Amino acid sequence: MLSRTANNLYWIARYMERADTVARLLDVGSRISLIPSEHGYRSEWDSLLQASGMAEGFTAKYGDPVQRNLESWLFFDRDNPSSVASCLTAARENARIVRTAMTAQVWDALNMAFQELRQLERQERSSLDQSTLTDWVTRQSALVRGAIDANLLRDDGYNFLNLGYYLERADNTARLLDVKYYVLLPRLDFVGSGLDNYQWSTLLRAMGAQRAFHWAYGGEITAGKIADFLILNRQSPRALITCIAGAENHLSRLAKTYGKAGAAQDSVRAMLTELESETVERIFDEGLHEYLSRFIGSVAGLGTVIHEVYLGGEIS
Amino acid sequence: MRLSVDHVTRYSYERPVRGLVQSHRLTPSLFQGQKVISWEITVEGGEGQGGGALAVRGADFTDGAGDRIQGWSLAGPLSEVAVTVRGTVETTDTAGMLKGYREAINPCAYKLETAMTAGSAALAALAEAVSDADGPLALAHGLSAAVAAAIAYRPGVTQAHTSASEALALGEGVCQDHAHALIALARLRDLPARYVSGYLFADASGAAHEAAHAWAEIHVPGLGWIGFDPANACCPDERYIRLASGLDARDAAPIRGVARGGQAGEEAMDVAVAVLSSAQ
Amino acid sequence: MGVFFDEMNGSGDRSGGGTRAPYARLEEWLATMPKELRSLKQAEAEALFRRIGITFAVYGEGGDPDRLIPFDMFPRVFSGAEWARLDRGVKQRAKALNMFLVDVYGRGEIIRAGRVPANLVYQNEAYEKAAVGFVPPKGVYSHIVGIDLVRTGPEEFFVLEDNCRTPSGVSYMLENREIMMRMFPGLFRENRIEPIDSYAEILRRTLASVAPAKCKGDPKVVILTPGHFNSAYYEHSFLADLMGVELVEGQDLFVDGEFVYARTTEGPKRVDVIYRRIDDAFLDPLCFRPDSMLGVPGLMDVYRSGGVSICSAPGAGVADDKAIYTYVPDMIRFYLGEEPILKNVPTWKCAERDDLKYVLDNLGELVVKEVHGSGGYGMLVGPKATKAEIEAFRAQLVADPSNYIAQPTLALSTVPTFVDEGVAPRHVDLRPYCLVGERIELVKGGLTRVALREGSLVVNSSQGGGVKDTWVLAE
Repeated sequence: MLSRTANNLYWIARYMERADTVARLLDVGSRISLIPSEHGYRSEWDSLLQASGMAEGFTAKYGDPVQRNLESWLFFDRDNPSSVASCLTAARENARIVRTAMTAQVWDALNMAFQELRQLERQERSSLDQSTLTDWVTRQSALVRGAIDANLLRDDGYNFLNLGYYLERADNTARLLDVKYYVLLPRLDFVGSGLDNYQWSTLLRAMGAQRAFHWAYGGEITAGKIADFLILNRQSPRALITCIAGAENHLSRLAKTYGKAGAAQDSVRAMLTELESETVERIFDEGLHEYLSRFIGSVAGLGTVIHEVYLGGEIS
Repeated sequence: MRLSVDHVTRYSYERPVRGLVQSHRLTPSLFQGQKVISWEITVEGGEGQGGGALAVRGADFTDGAGDRIQGWSLAGPLSEVAVTVRGTVETTDTAGMLKGYREAINPCAYKLETAMTAGSAALAALAEAVSDADGPLALAHGLSAAVAAAIAYRPGVTQAHTSASEALALGEGVCQDHAHALIALARLRDLPARYVSGYLFADASGAAHEAAHAWAEIHVPGLGWIGFDPANACCPDERYIRLASGLDARDAAPIRGVARGGQAGEEAMDVAVAVLSSAQ
Repeated sequence: MGVFFDEMNGSGDRSGGGTRAPYARLEEWLATMPKELRSLKQAEAEALFRRIGITFAVYGEGGDPDRLIPFDMFPRVFSGAEWARLDRGVKQRAKALNMFLVDVYGRGEIIRAGRVPANLVYQNEAYEKAAVGFVPPKGVYSHIVGIDLVRTGPEEFFVLEDNCRTPSGVSYMLENREIMMRMFPGLFRENRIEPIDSYAEILRRTLASVAPAKCKGDPKVVILTPGHFNSAYYEHSFLADLMGVELVEGQDLFVDGEFVYARTTEGPKRVDVIYRRIDDAFLDPLCFRPDSMLGVPGLMDVYRSGGVSICSAPGAGVADDKAIYTYVPDMIRFYLGEEPILKNVPTWKCAERDDLKYVLDNLGELVVKEVHGSGGYGMLVGPKATKAEIEAFRAQLVADPSNYIAQPTLALSTVPTFVDEGVAPRHVDLRPYCLVGERIELVKGGLTRVALREGSLVVNSSQGGGVKDTWVLAE
């Protein structure tokens, strides 16, 4: 297929996943701020914004992190390229360009999300609470995802869509997990306290993984278990290893379809091999934040390679 | 006269570009006044100074205007590209007439105005001042003389995009401005006219930097296309090598090119041309 | 203006009124349709259009890309015999226009013969010097010829204008039919309506038939669009999808050596035929506008050396210029030795002194148009204009007469159309899409545009026009 078409498909998925994450981030932020904290309201939101890479723009536009402004920034603001509104609009625009590369159902799901967004934008803001907004986004993203899985031909386009989903999700999980570092680590004495647990469980909840976690691990929530669950556990749909294994699968399928493997396959296999032999202990030795930063860098690197090999159309 | 040409155009890019496509009209026209003894064009480029890969030859054909067109493409990354033209041409004086030249475009198509050759009140006044009492050939000569008188040769005052009307207002310019002004005047007098790019052999009295030269051709009823070089107040003779023609300098450019993926950086161009008379 | 010819009830037909045969069954359909069902169906049609996203302006009229053109459910019907004549007339014209293009980019015989003035051709903005000396494959310049027709009586058809570059609107022709078939399957059982769904396949075959000399094997065809911001983007993607070809933008293509390639996820893929929906000026920055970002650098060189075909061929626009239009009947006689089957609208060329005088004396009765204008802008409809408008236009006309032509106000035929009050006659035109490749083909149908405002003769969608399904009955 055209490199540009593959690129559009890849970005549809990335934007949809990003919208989903940002909505969840809004949820994490709101919940964490519901309980008393020594750092105060402000610093916690700061850490959230920083982890998601949206802090600078927010401060420039709004200054103080007031809940209402945060909702605007994360959900509605078109000046924020990662806001839910920006992501859904970009996903739909990318879809409009490649309408013929997807089924009517997939287009319908993306187009409906966009049309409903426009309605939400026209509604009185006081009538929309944060959890309604978050629920709406996760529902839309599930609808699109479902339409893709149910209807789309399993051709190269399907692989590019999934690469977008997995890479974005890998990046987002790492960032959400990193939030925890920002919120928590400045004061080590909170580790293991009730407050700590509350924050961890909020994070799990935001990822829709609270129950899954309890099924898998049971008992008390510990940093080690969480890290294992979100980084190394292949059963966890958001775990870094699951995302990288997914990307590896789709890159292998592309290699098979096209009859040639190259830098992208090499790069993803190296990442997967490393994750497979990784342990929580070693991650904590390195430092969770350092490990996650390194991982986010590797994912970005993989994205660049995929772009060079498939999406940019520059390689002969 | 046997003229040898050594013409090198170097492009350098501040940031390497991903690739380059060029379209050349760098081959001497085939007509009674010119016979090509040898002619070779090479395009090469790469990263860093000197050497690099040779460009891929693309389309190669003669268009309706009789120009030989050659396409080139070169994959990057490139920070340097050199276009080298070397060859020898046997020339004879045809009193400026383009005899025995094959072309298919109706002269009428050269009455179309372009931004660089658009008329103005001043150009019209200059054109009207020349008498056509002695027929169109004399008129054409008169127009050429009028341009030579109105625009003095002076490099550096005009730019690549300067129009005929701007050059006339300045009263100074280079061969490109002379040619544009003459084309504008001729069209104002309803004579088809066009821009010609080529080379000029400059002897001791000439200016070396005009070796890459340009002049105009006017279509005179009954005689066909005739060259006029207002810059040197003459018609092209055996010192001239004709390459290509067009409505204006842009349309007749011997090298046109587009580089990909280097938007953020500057492109610099350096041209060195030598036209020498070689022993027969 | 007297009585208009109505294509259903035959009013204005001197040979007598009464429901005309092609519409006989529609009369029953109309009589038995409850009013509530009508508005229900109309809403359903609109929802279908929105859903498939067919929101674009036809004929380069610009405007809001998300705007929907009103669809009228009452079809326009031609008998097989009526169509047979249109078919011959349209094909004759498409053939002559292509012969004209081969001629004016070659020896210019028609000009040498004094049948068309040299300056109209060679000094025309649409005449491409760069196209001289290269004959495109099969001698075809204009592969899709859209011919705008109006009707004033049972036998009277006139050509309003020719569109030789990239006529748009064909997706409406196809979608209108699709929607009618979905909503009123019964109508299609009762009436024997010629299908039009072969259009995409014929278009693909037409494009493949003009593959360049250097192409070996199955030609790879692509559609080149200016991009998704273009108002006709939906049509571009629709046609690409129907034909099963790639929809590309300039940035997806590149020249390497003697050929054009598409950037794909598997590496470069050679492209043989480009159905372009962008103007000549934007095709190749090396040849035309140097600032164009829409085109492909080096494309024209590859084209002119037979490495790729471009449809329509660069320079085709000189044949559909409004000043050239007046000479099309002469072209038909000159190249084909036949009498034109379809008439031109009598046209006064304001560039000519006698014509200008007549036009200035009769501004109140004439339609005056810009030679290069389109979309119903920059024109004066004399009988509908106020005194002040006429005087303002007179000043423009005197200032630049060669920019205008004038035609009589035609009594455009009407077709019943659903309006708020029920069903009422509204004026229509017709654009059939003639495909020219190895063969000349025309599907049995076209795009009918309808002026929805009562009494209006302007069918342009930007000025209150809508569209209808167009039926040709099987004999």
